[in-house]
Amino acid sequence: MLSNEALEKIDIELAKYPDNRQRSAIMSALRIAQSEKGWLSHELVGYVADYLKIPPVQALEVATFYGMYNLKPVGKYKLTVCTNLPCALSGGVDAALYLKERLGVGFNETTADGMYTLKEGECMGACGDAPVILVNNHKMCSFMTTEAIEKKLAELQ
Amino acid sequence: MAIYQSGVIFENVDTKNPDCWTLDSYLNRGGYTALKKILNEKITQESIIADMKTSGLRGRGGAGFPTGLKWSFMPRTLEGQKYIVCNSDEGEPGTFKDRDIMAFNPHSLIEGMIIAGYSISASVGYNYIHGEIFEIYERFEAALSEAREAGFLGKDIQGSGFDFELYAHHGYGAYICGEETALLDSLEGKKGQPRFKPPFPASYGLYGRPTTINNTESLASVPFILRDGAQVFQDKGVPNGGGTKLFSVSGHVNRPGNYEIPLGTPFTKLLEMAGGMRDGKKLKAVIPGGSSAPLLPASIMLECNMDFDSIAKAGSMLGSGGVIIMNEDVCMVKALERLAYFYHEESCGQCTPCREGTGWLYEIIHRIENGEGRINDLELLDSIGNQMAGRTICALADAAVFPVRSFIKHFRDEFEYHIEHKKCMVSHKWC
Ligand SMILES: Cc1cc2nc3c(=O)[nH]c(=O)nc-3n(C[C@H](O)[C@H](O)[C@H](O)COP(=O)(O)O)c2cc1C
Ligand code: SF4
Ligand code: FES
Repeated sequence: MLSNEALEKIDIELAKYPDNRQRSAIMSALRIAQSEKGWLSHELVGYVADYLKIPPVQALEVATFYGMYNLKPVGKYKLTVCTNLPCALSGGVDAALYLKERLGVGFNETTADGMYTLKEGECMGACGDAPVILVNNHKMCSFMTTEAIEKKLAELQ
Repeated sequence: MAIYQSGVIFENVDTKNPDCWTLDSYLNRGGYTALKKILNEKITQESIIADMKTSGLRGRGGAGFPTGLKWSFMPRTLEGQKYIVCNSDEGEPGTFKDRDIMAFNPHSLIEGMIIAGYSISASVGYNYIHGEIFEIYERFEAALSEAREAGFLGKDIQGSGFDFELYAHHGYGAYICGEETALLDSLEGKKGQPRFKPPFPASYGLYGRPTTINNTESLASVPFILRDGAQVFQDKGVPNGGGTKLFSVSGHVNRPGNYEIPLGTPFTKLLEMAGGMRDGKKLKAVIPGGSSAPLLPASIMLECNMDFDSIAKAGSMLGSGGVIIMNEDVCMVKALERLAYFYHEESCGQCTPCREGTGWLYEIIHRIENGEGRINDLELLDSIGNQMAGRTICALADAAVFPVRSFIKHFRDEFEYHIEHKKCMVSHKWC
């Protein structure tokens, strides 16, 4: 289900933990799987669990507990906007409102063309750069004024 | 944006230079000399721990526990594996300093962790990095590779006979994993739910082995202390809290960012460094130590110095050093509503008072904000708070109650106005 490249990445993570502690690599393994497939189907979670030789229920428990795993398909670009108080004081809420209007979706919704999913985020430890938007979990965009958002959307095709 | 005063961790770090994070840059700034000296001169664990105590370094993760004392709790002579774990799960709203340490000076943290490992007989370390900062995780991995290649990590470091390996672990979006025992469970590949204490991590930590957990900034301060001197570090601060401290200033200022300043610096000075109030507006209130610390009104804050004791005396906490600045246009009910939502979302759900209580706090503040507040809602909030604080496994429940109590204590009129008139007393603008 996963490419050799993804499995190699998982192997690198596995090597960080002691023998018989491969369960520790589940968070990274799920992240790597999600990066390749876009979201974590039950089947994929089961596959990752098998690869680590841990019970599937342990992998599922992690997939459902941590907020950045996609348990449903998302758009090509998942945009997570931080609206927590420190960001709100520097445009976080305004950026979220702008995106809602611009994309015509609410939080946790995907545009009809399947391009964007909008999410509301909690503090990303980047409040000094507000407004901040995280693209597909891994790319943080800072100082996202209206103009910066437009520029970003034009890039994300 | 990151702006620094010269200090301990950011001393001579040119954050505008894209290569400032590299090993070369660190070595040029005197990096790894503390570690080499310790290994070459076979400085004893006792002597390092004594220095850490003299330095007056208090934990930078929120609780302010003395680092030297924490290290001394480790059963160093006990057989078997022991661990040092760094808490870089920075998710306390208003705090963004650990990210910049890892972005601009990751080797200070690596050197600090190696020295910590040496001092507590731990041969393996993990750095648990907040989920949302994947690029920083990659940066830290790159720095680790450099350190390995240069022989600062691995077997028989610098021919000393001391072995130490260090790995990065990436979180994936759960505030509660910042709590140290939730972090350990998460590191073990489980749901991040805080453990009952005792046993404490020093006796039963990662994989059930003795473990010390420190914040990123605490550990990144270690090389300076052991290179330039514990007393030098202590003297930079105040008697009950040595050193400089990174303050993350966010909100209504002209230059949000991190400022590394001596503990004891007046708040007014920090505000000035951050460029003063944006658009010349009036300061209304400040949360001085991350969102879990009680809010203080401008009148109190303007008299306050930035150190543990001064802020505690003023009725709040230095916490993580996240300084959230609010101007006169902020409706206190609306601001509190957002924080209450956060704690409700992030409660791990293990303890009934926290799981239910954070939900109730949010519900009630939400209805006040939406013009549906009831006459006895403020009393209700108070009594729910009493049923939560101090009655749970971890401090998240207390962290949820502090803002509620302090917002209402200092701005009760706004809450009463909201309940009575069904609208904000100030015409609210976020920014
Ligand atoms: C809900 C909660 C969240 C926390 N988040 C963090 C965090 O993000 N980073 C951190 O270093 N400590 C955090 N802490 C404090 C840790 O439990 C622990 O005290 C700290 O990492 C110890 O390091 P220090 O002694 O160097 O400060 C949190 C505590 C609680 C209760
Ligand atoms: S206090 Fe809240 S967050 Fe902490 S363990 Fe209990 S339910 Fe979980
Ligand atoms: S509050 Fe948005 S990044 Fe911290």
